[in-house]
Amino acid sequence: MSQTDIEIVVDDPTAPEDDSPSIVASGTIEIVVCLLLLALAITLGYDNWRTGASWDATGPEPGYFPFYLSVILGAGSLYGLISAFLARRSSRETFVTHAQARRVMAVFVPTLLFCVVTQFLGLYVASFLLIAGFMRLVGKIALWKSLLTAFVFTAIMFVTFDIAFDVIMPKGPLEAALGR
Amino acid sequence: MEALGLLLHGFAVLLTWKTLVLMMVGLVLGIFVGVLPGLGGPNGVAILLPLTFTMDPTSAIVMLSCIYWGALFGGAITSILFNIPGEAWSVATTFDGYPMAQQGRAAEALTAAFTSSFIGSLVAVLLITFLAPMISSFALKFGPPEFFAVYLLTFCSFVGLGREAKHKTVISMSLGLLLAGIGMDTVSGNLRMTFGSPELLRGINFLVAVIGLFGISEILLTMEERLALRGHAASISLRVVLGVWKDLPKYWVTLLRSSFIGCWLGITPGGAIAASFMGYNLAKRFAKEPESFGKGRIEGVFAPETAAHASGTSALLPMLALGIPGSGTAAILLGGLMVWGLNPGPLLFVEHKDFVWGLIASMYLGNVVGLVLVLTTVPIFASILRVPFAAVAPMIVVSCAIGAYAIQNAMFDIWLMLGFGVVGYVFKKIGIPLAPFTLALVLGNRAEDAFRLSMIGSGGTLKVFWSNGLVGSITTLAILLLFWPAIDSLLGRVGFTHGTRATSA
Repeated sequence: MSQTDIEIVVDDPTAPEDDSPSIVASGTIEIVVCLLLLALAITLGYDNWRTGASWDATGPEPGYFPFYLSVILGAGSLYGLISAFLARRSSRETFVTHAQARRVMAVFVPTLLFCVVTQFLGLYVASFLLIAGFMRLVGKIALWKSLLTAFVFTAIMFVTFDIAFDVIMPKGPLEAALGR
Repeated sequence: MEALGLLLHGFAVLLTWKTLVLMMVGLVLGIFVGVLPGLGGPNGVAILLPLTFTMDPTSAIVMLSCIYWGALFGGAITSILFNIPGEAWSVATTFDGYPMAQQGRAAEALTAAFTSSFIGSLVAVLLITFLAPMISSFALKFGPPEFFAVYLLTFCSFVGLGREAKHKTVISMSLGLLLAGIGMDTVSGNLRMTFGSPELLRGINFLVAVIGLFGISEILLTMEERLALRGHAASISLRVVLGVWKDLPKYWVTLLRSSFIGCWLGITPGGAIAASFMGYNLAKRFAKEPESFGKGRIEGVFAPETAAHASGTSALLPMLALGIPGSGTAAILLGGLMVWGLNPGPLLFVEHKDFVWGLIASMYLGNVVGLVLVLTTVPIFASILRVPFAAVAPMIVVSCAIGAYAIQNAMFDIWLMLGFGVVGYVFKKIGIPLAPFTLALVLGNRAEDAFRLSMIGSGGTLKVFWSNGLVGSITTLAILLLFWPAIDSLLGRVGFTHGTRATSA
């Protein structure tokens, strides 16, 4: 049959190397997460206890249900903490390697910046900057392609949400200057 | 036969140009997210959900369910052509699908996958059509204790039957229930766990959490992997399609068996993955020459795809009839329904007949339209993979942010989404399952209300959960399921050995 003459090949030049050294073991992260959850359980448990976690004339007080959930969460994370601690010696599974962390940060940091910019300059400006910047700097795609894609995408979003459907997004000085 | 009349009415509601166009758009978007690396069913629905906020509920849910079908179809494309399962439940499809593509039988494999998905969903939709009204009219008799017992059953079955470490499921679930309680208490009006923050007063919105947990975290996870891929291009000709369809009757046992497995596992939570593997393994076990599986046997595509789709579709049955979603994606659809003020559950069948039957009718139509669409457009969708991820990733981030903001017009929600993105990333990497969290977050307040109302009704004694035969048996079953692993091993020691264990693993 002739349907499979063409092959689709996509390369990933910046792919993380397989032999990249590990930054941190899964077991360590598990311990940290369990500690954080335990702290959360204690904080929420205390708050609910203060709200009232017992019974009054009309039945359970508002804090009753969540208080016991905090106890369950605390118990679960304590169990997780102990079992992760005990398993730490035997298994050294990698949580993330150097190369992987670099790639994850390459998405996370721009996303974080995007949120900051959205707060001050509005979502549409932030969207344009994120797409153009990400394509150019991380994807190494030609500048004109990046700018064009970013502009077209942002414009479509603006027309769809702001003009056609009246869903108002955070806006900044640029939109104000354009009178929207 | 009331159901049939209502269903026909549902079709009448749907057969407008506007709805058909929405269906097509939904399917195309769904296939798009299904094909893209790293995205898939729940992620796609979560990201695209905000697009539907501007529509009326019927159009919106039609589009959402079509996104869901589309994503399911899309997963099969990458499994067969690229050996990349878009979803965990497509893994079994790669066993025979990819070898078929390598042998130049890609078109055949794709046709088989799409057709069997269609059959699986169809069986499940038929089940929904006839069973959902019955269950919901039965559930109309439920009071708060019965409802709480059913919620308890759902939560316990996640803990008892899930394959993750038990304490991780418990952590995930209790965290979800806790976060659901943040904000104003619906019974007393008191503020809980807000720590004086006006932002927390509104509570944590389910959809914001889902967009972060599934959308943002998936982008982070996808970037971690090598995105290079290599696969076959395929176009499907009518001759191949008819050839595969002509042979279908030969495989009726496989198709039927997989459909039943899928429907059964779909109604119980977390079933699609188990269903696809079980469908595959059983087909292999009952085959005349089991060793030919894994080398490009068409039954190896039929069996898992039918089961996965039957299960993915029947997961909507408990959601519609009882308000309890059977899968992560169903939970997100449930969250979507709540945005329009529709409360899934038995009353939905009474109060919003038009909507329910429109939705069920859209399942039939969406499947037919989807089948035709994927069969004709596979080459285009396969080439979506040529679009660089560096262009897709930021667009998905922007869509997620728009979605998170649009729900309550709050900048705080964009930050919350980012936070949940990080949480989702870390949880997935250390094996804390997200499905119980999602379920708990969406059901938390209802479960608590049901518990408190039963307590108020009974004067504070837990005996109310065993006060009659119905609620007593549900509660007992829930507790049995919670301790199922222990009971199972105890039974095993006494001498009941389990043959199904190896196949469902």
